[in-house]
Amino acid sequence: MIYLIFIAVISIGIVLCIIRMIKGPTAADRAIAMDTATTVSVALLVLLGFVFDRYIYIDVALVYSIISFVGLIAIARYLEKGI
Amino acid sequence: MELFGIIVTGIGVVFLFIGSLGILRMPDVYNRVQAGTKCTTLGNFLTIIGVGIMQPEWFWKTVIIAVFVLISNPVSSHALGRAARKKGISLSDKSVVDKTKEFKGYK
Repeated sequence: MIYLIFIAVISIGIVLCIIRMIKGPTAADRAIAMDTATTVSVALLVLLGFVFDRYIYIDVALVYSIISFVGLIAIARYLEKGI
Repeated sequence: MELFGIIVTGIGVVFLFIGSLGILRMPDVYNRVQAGTKCTTLGNFLTIIGVGIMQPEWFWKTVIIAVFVLISNPVSSHALGRAARKKGISLSDKSVVDKTKEFKGYK
């Protein structure tokens, strides 16, 4: 039961980030909202793996964090000086 | 041991929620970077380590994920904030000082 509350609170956080991603005035706002949403969803994946007792979700979370790091570095470089 | 893990995970979840709320409510790009990086890094670390405490067979892999996020999240946020400042996105109206205008390459 307590895990369901944890998962609900984290999901509400992701929804708040998505609202900022839709509203955001500049491109940097949207990139930062996406950064936060991916970081929060890594924690959500690990928690879901614990609740459903699936070990494979841990690997998914690791790969997801690595890919989001590389993508955000690419977005930052594009914002700074173009490709 | 499971109760201790639940407490650590709960503190981490609260931090994650506060970080997301700061993303929505802060007035400025740079304030959003600050809120979304500090709270989210600590909350992610505590949540993942708490899951590792509750399930001791997964402990070392959760430590690997937590340490990787602890290193990579400030680096990417720093790169995004620096890119936003170099592009010339202005600060909010309430901010009082901006020392980066004296540096070379900043607008």
